[in-house]
Amino acid sequence: MRQIAFYGKGGIGKSTTSQNTLAQLATKFGQEIMIVGCDPKADSTRLILNTKAQNSVLQLAAERGTVEDLELEEVVQKGFGDILNVECGGPEPGVGCAGRGIITAINFLEQQGAYEGLDFVSYDVLGDVVCGGFAMPIRENKAQEIYIVCSGEMMAMYAANNIARGILKYANSGGVRLGGLICNSRNTDREDELIMELARRLNTQMIHFVPRDNVVQHAELRRMTVAQYNPEHQQAKEYEILAEKILNNKMMTIPTPITMEELEELLMEFGVIEDEAAAIQKLQASGQ
Amino acid sequence: MKKDKLVIPDHNTLFATDPYVKQREGKKAFEAPCSEQETAEALAYSKSAEYKDKNFARTSLVVNPHKACQPLGALMAALGFEMTLPFIHGSQGCTAYFRSHLSRHFKEPTPAVSSSMTEDGAVFGGMANLIDGLENSVALYKPAMVAVSTTCMAEVIGDDLQAFISNARQKGAISEELPVPYANTPSFSGSHITGYDAMLKSIISTLYTRSGIEAAPGSGEGTGEKLNIILGFEPYTGNFAEMRKIMAAFDTAYTFLGDHSGNFDSPATGEYSYYYGGTKLDDVPKAAYALGTLSLQKYAVKKTLEYIGGTWRQQTVGLSAPIGITATDRLLEAISELTGLPVPAELTEERGRVVDALTDSHPYLHGKRVALVGDPDLLIGLVQFCLDTGMEPVHIVCSNGDNGFKEEVEALLASSPFGAGATVYIGNDLWHMRSLLIGEPVDLAVGSSHLKFAAKDAGVPLIRVGFPVFDRHHLHRYPLIGYQGALNLLTTIVNTVLEGLDEQASGFNHDLVR
Repeated sequence: MRQIAFYGKGGIGKSTTSQNTLAQLATKFGQEIMIVGCDPKADSTRLILNTKAQNSVLQLAAERGTVEDLELEEVVQKGFGDILNVECGGPEPGVGCAGRGIITAINFLEQQGAYEGLDFVSYDVLGDVVCGGFAMPIRENKAQEIYIVCSGEMMAMYAANNIARGILKYANSGGVRLGGLICNSRNTDREDELIMELARRLNTQMIHFVPRDNVVQHAELRRMTVAQYNPEHQQAKEYEILAEKILNNKMMTIPTPITMEELEELLMEFGVIEDEAAAIQKLQASGQ
Repeated sequence: MKKDKLVIPDHNTLFATDPYVKQREGKKAFEAPCSEQETAEALAYSKSAEYKDKNFARTSLVVNPHKACQPLGALMAALGFEMTLPFIHGSQGCTAYFRSHLSRHFKEPTPAVSSSMTEDGAVFGGMANLIDGLENSVALYKPAMVAVSTTCMAEVIGDDLQAFISNARQKGAISEELPVPYANTPSFSGSHITGYDAMLKSIISTLYTRSGIEAAPGSGEGTGEKLNIILGFEPYTGNFAEMRKIMAAFDTAYTFLGDHSGNFDSPATGEYSYYYGGTKLDDVPKAAYALGTLSLQKYAVKKTLEYIGGTWRQQTVGLSAPIGITATDRLLEAISELTGLPVPAELTEERGRVVDALTDSHPYLHGKRVALVGDPDLLIGLVQFCLDTGMEPVHIVCSNGDNGFKEEVEALLASSPFGAGATVYIGNDLWHMRSLLIGEPVDLAVGSSHLKFAAKDAGVPLIRVGFPVFDRHHLHRYPLIGYQGALNLLTTIVNTVLEGLDEQASGFNHDLVR
């Protein structure tokens, strides 16, 4: 069994990319998959289930008073492509400790033997590795390969670099490795080159460039992956390629995160941030 | 040579002296206390049926639960092994509480160290504390093993013990040779028995994995031993002695997996060592050669038994505290079945003597209504003892019992007419017990020292059994299990009943012979 995790800046399209890719992995490559949503909003499995998950682990645990009174069947739901889905759930925004919630939920799943007979367990983790709880999926004996979803926008790359730092912390003592960057295109300038260069500096690869296509949004509005909504569409093929690359991925590395300055230089190099001279030139040109 | 008598005022006499009485009166002016009448009214109301209903309807408040924290159990598990230093990763105050709690019960020092996390530890993670702590404590106390458990603080922030410990090795703070089992023991779930189980399992699995030994159930290789015995979260050092006596009578070799009787019953020789007795670390992996493992606290060591049954492929027998004749019979049968040895004649003879004693006291026990509080395995033993002797359990409160426990006790109660009047409460606390004792009175309350307040309010004599017993000395040195334990418990109970008869005697019935 392979345990993988998707990390990335909030709003970058982690859940969308991961669900679309895993749907291909299940339907085209016959893999038995479980998705573990590690976002308190509990919406990491919406496209596979065609609805928001009904029962999250922590919501039920809160109702019962303890996680020990829960049965696995109550929180695991089967969705498109026979993918199994679990949402950790968590507190309302602004209260409690979502990180601890993830620890509790993942411990519950492991103790209950939820992972038996699977080919893939995929964790979908909210945002950066902000605290110990959000690092839970990359601890020893959990996800061994991490995929970072990013785009050519500065803050997405900044977050990707931060996540690489989190992975590095655990990679030295354990077996967690970076499997690659997934570029979820925002149609920014020279985006593929930029992410490839970032990947090189982080000692990893850009495993796939997912072009932007409205069909993803159309499918999402109908709570579906492209694989289900329009399986013949070219975008479905893109996710299939990504799925195949993940399936056959051999490049597992310990990342080498860069400094904020290096990141800024990189962006300047690619013209995302203009250096001062170029900015002045431009201003003068427009002032004519 | 004449000496003046040294007068030492105790807690009762000192505070009855004039300065203290005046001080209390003086303080009242600043305390805005309720009037005596109001206090009396509130107290009377707290004893009413209406209040009892309200008390049982309470959902978001726990008052005096009969359980302790997970790391307290983990600490006890660690002290069951040779030269093992319990290391608690988290705040210092928690560690002080575990140590004082155990010391108050056993009247012995409790060695344990803390990584002493403070606010910066909570913000930046406790790795630096853990690494420094390991380095310092190994240098100072030279343990053969360090057993790491956690407090709530480390658990909430999600400290990854496995990564931290391996980083400590990489940095050279501790050597590769030093075994450092660890257990996550958040106190916001489970109780001291959960923590005991987690730590015991971690110690056993760590030492086994490190040894490279392959489990071979029944081979007895290198030891000739057939049996492993787990007593569990055991507040009675006397129970270890009793088990030793029983196993000596069977004349078979065995291994205790976790034996803290040395650490909690060290002799006063004028020299103090940090480590006394405990299961030898080398014996732990060899225990995988034994035929089977017997536990006397199946609810307290669930995960450990699962591990032994799974990874070691051993047959496991999980009993609850063998208190009284029936349960001790079952214990001896289990040992006999696992080892293939007959029950020794000397134990059968001892049994006869204890049955004799029970018959002698029987008229005073029969039909006595009893309230019971304790850990799951202890309660099952006590309920069985009551049913054996014709005492009638009425209220059974278990703060840390699960549904499986409740079902088992209810089935046990249903097996005897003496159990017909009992109700089992799980997850309830001692404030519930107070309402029960007052609302439906019993003859005897059986439980730890924490029950003394409810018992006093209800005017019921308390038989001190279980953990913790803070306010009576040396009870833990006498066994509670086996035929000897049955005799000890019988003696305590019947003499409490007889004491009560004398106290309540009006004169003509202040009898010489009872």
